[in-house]
Amino acid sequence: MPDAFSMPDSIATSTMPTIILNGDPYPIDGDLQLSALLERLNARRGRVAVEINREIVPKASYSATIIKPGDNVEIINFVGGG
Amino acid sequence: MQEAKIKDTSFDLGGRSFKSRLIIGTGKYKDFAETRAAVEESGAEIVTVAVRRVNITDRGKENLLDYLDPRRYQILPNTAGCFTAEEAIRTCRLAREVGVGDLVKLEVIGDKQTLFPDVAATIEAARVLVKEGFKVMPYITDDPVTCLRLQEIGCVAVMPLAAPIGSGLGIRNPFNLAIIIEQAKVPVIVDAGVGTASDAAEAMELGCDGVLMNTAIAGAKDPIAMARAMKLAVEAGRLAFRAGRIERRLYATASSPLTGLIG
Repeated sequence: MPDAFSMPDSIATSTMPTIILNGDPYPIDGDLQLSALLERLNARRGRVAVEINREIVPKASYSATIIKPGDNVEIINFVGGG
Repeated sequence: MQEAKIKDTSFDLGGRSFKSRLIIGTGKYKDFAETRAAVEESGAEIVTVAVRRVNITDRGKENLLDYLDPRRYQILPNTAGCFTAEEAIRTCRLAREVGVGDLVKLEVIGDKQTLFPDVAATIEAARVLVKEGFKVMPYITDDPVTCLRLQEIGCVAVMPLAAPIGSGLGIRNPFNLAIIIEQAKVPVIVDAGVGTASDAAEAMELGCDGVLMNTAIAGAKDPIAMARAMKLAVEAGRLAFRAGRIERRLYATASSPLTGLIG
């Protein structure tokens, strides 16, 4: 039986499934539809592009794409720039 | 205004024709409303944007494209902030997936302090991107040979710098620019270094096809007024180029008749 005080943080939080979203850990309830994640983030499909594990996800596949714990997700949009 | 006798050629980029030869960046403005006001005042039809991660924590954050309608403006994503060919290529692929077309401003920086381009990496990235169907507009050093190489690769324009990005130093090497313009079969757009309206006019008088700027407008005390000044300068410079300036001479030639003087 591991002692709670000696348990590293990474194990202590591992009960909550997470993905890496734009570089930071982000909790998910389990497998998650990409379109549902975008909705949760208020990110409109016409304004963003998505990479999962370095592969671009075409817009037509947003509903069919399932994000799994451990996935590395990048969502980008346009900002002011020269 | 009466039409100039020497007909202007159309400003074509990546299969589209544009009336305005001024391309402006959308960075460094106070807010999106000011960005839009400056773009409108400048008459620009092409605007550059940067590609960045969506803000996850602020769900209510407005989107730049809500202020600059992609149906009205040609959105030109740039790869600013990329230091390798790989990063720049990845950024372009993501930008295209947003859905504003395949025109991209390729910028691979080689040095943080000067923001001069990494020439080798820019060429490498351009080669890959052109093969993937991108219409590539590379920001590049004002070196005629490099511009030739980029043209041979299939870039739709070359964009030599006038001076370091954001420096406002104006055109440091008009002679190199003149050579680049003479050799180019694709549009030459001066990108970076413009400080004020006369710099933009000078670029156009040299025969550049367009000018791209951001800081010169966004950083002015009154960006909206400067946007208008730049619009007029680009138009004036272009018209002066088409009109054909007089030769420079060492000695005077009188403007008034030499005969009929009172005696």
